[in-house]
Amino acid sequence: MNTEILSRIQFAFTVAFHYIYPPLSIGLGVVMIIMEGMYLRTGQKIYEQMTRFWIKIFALIFGIGVATGIVMEFEFGTNWAVYSRYVGDIFGSALAAEGIFAFALESGFLGILIFGWNRVSPRVHFFSTIMVALGSMFSAIWIVVANSWQQTPAGFRIEGQGMKARAVITDFWAMVFNPSSVDRLSHVIIGSFLAGSFLVLSVNAYYLLRNRHVAIAKSGFKIALVVATVASLLQLFTGHRSADGVAKNQPAKLAAFEGHYDSSAVADMYLLGWTDAQAQKVSGLKIPGGLSFLIHQDLKAPVTGLNAFPTDQRPSARAVNFVFQTYHLMVAIGMALIGLSLLGMFLWWRGRLFDQKWLLQIFAWAVLLPQIANQVGWYSAEVGRQPWVVYGLLRTSDALSQSLRTEQVLFSLILFTLVYSLLFALFLYLLNKKIKHGPDDLHEEVIPDYSKRDNPILN
Amino acid sequence: METILGLDLPTWWFLVVGGVFSGYAILDGFDLGAGALHLFFKKEESRRIALNAIGPVWDGNEVWLVIGGGALFAGFPVVYATVFSAFYELFMIFLVMLILRAISIEFRSKEPMLWWRKTWDISYSVSSILLALALGLVLGNVIQGFAIDQNYIYRGTLLDYFNPYALLVSVTTLALFMMHGAIYLVMKTENRLYAKLTVLAKNTTIFFVLMFAITSLATLLFIPHMINRYREVPYMFAFPVLAILAVANITRQISRRRYFYAFLSSAFVTAMLMILVAVGLFPNIVLSTIDPNLHITVYNGASTDKSLKIMLTFAAIGVPLVALYTSFVFWTFRGKVKLDETSY
Repeated sequence: MNTEILSRIQFAFTVAFHYIYPPLSIGLGVVMIIMEGMYLRTGQKIYEQMTRFWIKIFALIFGIGVATGIVMEFEFGTNWAVYSRYVGDIFGSALAAEGIFAFALESGFLGILIFGWNRVSPRVHFFSTIMVALGSMFSAIWIVVANSWQQTPAGFRIEGQGMKARAVITDFWAMVFNPSSVDRLSHVIIGSFLAGSFLVLSVNAYYLLRNRHVAIAKSGFKIALVVATVASLLQLFTGHRSADGVAKNQPAKLAAFEGHYDSSAVADMYLLGWTDAQAQKVSGLKIPGGLSFLIHQDLKAPVTGLNAFPTDQRPSARAVNFVFQTYHLMVAIGMALIGLSLLGMFLWWRGRLFDQKWLLQIFAWAVLLPQIANQVGWYSAEVGRQPWVVYGLLRTSDALSQSLRTEQVLFSLILFTLVYSLLFALFLYLLNKKIKHGPDDLHEEVIPDYSKRDNPILN
Repeated sequence: METILGLDLPTWWFLVVGGVFSGYAILDGFDLGAGALHLFFKKEESRRIALNAIGPVWDGNEVWLVIGGGALFAGFPVVYATVFSAFYELFMIFLVMLILRAISIEFRSKEPMLWWRKTWDISYSVSSILLALALGLVLGNVIQGFAIDQNYIYRGTLLDYFNPYALLVSVTTLALFMMHGAIYLVMKTENRLYAKLTVLAKNTTIFFVLMFAITSLATLLFIPHMINRYREVPYMFAFPVLAILAVANITRQISRRRYFYAFLSSAFVTAMLMILVAVGLFPNIVLSTIDPNLHITVYNGASTDKSLKIMLTFAAIGVPLVALYTSFVFWTFRGKVKLDETSY
């Protein structure tokens, strides 16, 4: 294990762990706005109950998201100092914008969201919910813009040489709207809506299966199902746009996604398969000419393959098989989510949505699907662009901090593994507990007050 | 070189970064301080009140660190990359403590068992103390300078971080935060906890005044480069004078039991101390102990003017907004802490 590999593992681990939480926050934000909006419109207690319940879950998720998010901001400097100097002029403005426009907004209003129920009017509380949800989306915007710039750099020039080389901004808006930002951002945001709505679907399906909180669960399930259906269909569109963009801007990445080597050949689209680097082919289930059709709207057109790139400018053989698998898993899950939400809508239309035990069972577990898809989607995007950290400009291996020693990274990697394991165990434990507890009945005070002086255990 | 109101853009951004880090020290300072004092409160109810005094605001306070880190990365990428990679272990422990502190606050109230709450109380307090010490340690090393070579590579060792002067600054930072936190908690509490905190506020203030005096003396004796600027530009002498007057005012306000004014004074002291450091360093940010020609300054460490101009525009729009809703949040939760069903 060398310093580079360990640093990459550490960054991948910390960012992947972090990415469990923000999509849930973004998705739940939208669902919470709808729920609280319904409460303000109708004045029905049931909507207030579900809003209060989901805000508690949101608080737990958001808290861990913030705590694990700061880590990456520090890691750029600690482990990837050369990269930080290289991209600072560009990446920095996006990061600064994220801090000042997004984080401050969401963290500021979060206090009111959680603790302010008795301190502000319902309208001000609703306003805070919207601000928190907007804030979480703003932060997605800036961070995806920064990442997209690394995938498809634009609006810059290179200054200096060697260790002093850096990218310098020439056109801010060209940087922000670089060729991949809009497609990737919409794909990420919609993916987050899926993560959030499927969490709500899952929890409510669980209540319905147990016959608990039935009225709230049914109503909450329907709200989330609408969000999930719209999002899963939109995701088909944004996914296609993203793939199109990758074909145009990062052809080596797309070729890796489909394990396509030969540039003169028609490119197939696989449903599943296994790449063989030696024989340069894929064995599996395929749509012949599918990729050619996707890119050129022509089943017979050749597509740029991996062999068109020198071996040091394309993903390694192992990386090709890895992204082949992750990419196809993402696509398969995307299709499954469309099927699942449309099936739910159809049964709702026929008035039989809550009669199907098996369907509720599936929904109860389906919370994992968008999570997995979001994860493997990012693995594809990030591994697929290797060996570049800034596409075509800066190699990952050159981006490392020069002063870093292997044992330092080993130390921090072990530290993160321990702390994140504890954190994840606690998260699951408390999430489970909150879900089992369910929405509070607003007529009576059900939260025990452990601060009472007559409590013999605590005084 | 482009200027606004007579100052060039890197200097403006130096002021922005300094301002954000001062804001961070003032805001997170009191909740780190409250955490450092947490184990002095013995009763469960007292601990809950102390925790809920910072409950709605600590997360927002911490965001100033995120903004500060982003601002440093954006405006002075060379400084950001060099300092962060030089203090690798320190920042890693800092991060882990930041996470531990966040989960301690979040998870403490979620179970009623005594062992559960005690465990989180300890990890909350210990992590708060270590965070304050770590921040001070970095500051102490930045004031002295450290061994970086022409490729911005750190040539020192782990042990070099822990030199006497840096340790002194580290403990002073903890003392400052403890005082600041104690005064904040006095404002938020009633009855017996209030009485206890008035004593703590007094004692932590004595602790801070002592550390402040020793550190100032050490700086005058051992860190000559921090003094030069004040010799060159005599009117800068106003800053140390103001700092000392403000420290005196803290003790005055505490003895008159006007804690809100004491809190404003300790916030002012925090800002003054940051300004003292900034004035002493400027135009350098990172001092190389290997060769003075290798110092990283606001000029050779900065992003381009174009980039700085964009970010100054952001700051001009964003900072008033942040100030506006931060004030709104503090105003919403003003007054003494009252526990209710939404509390920790």
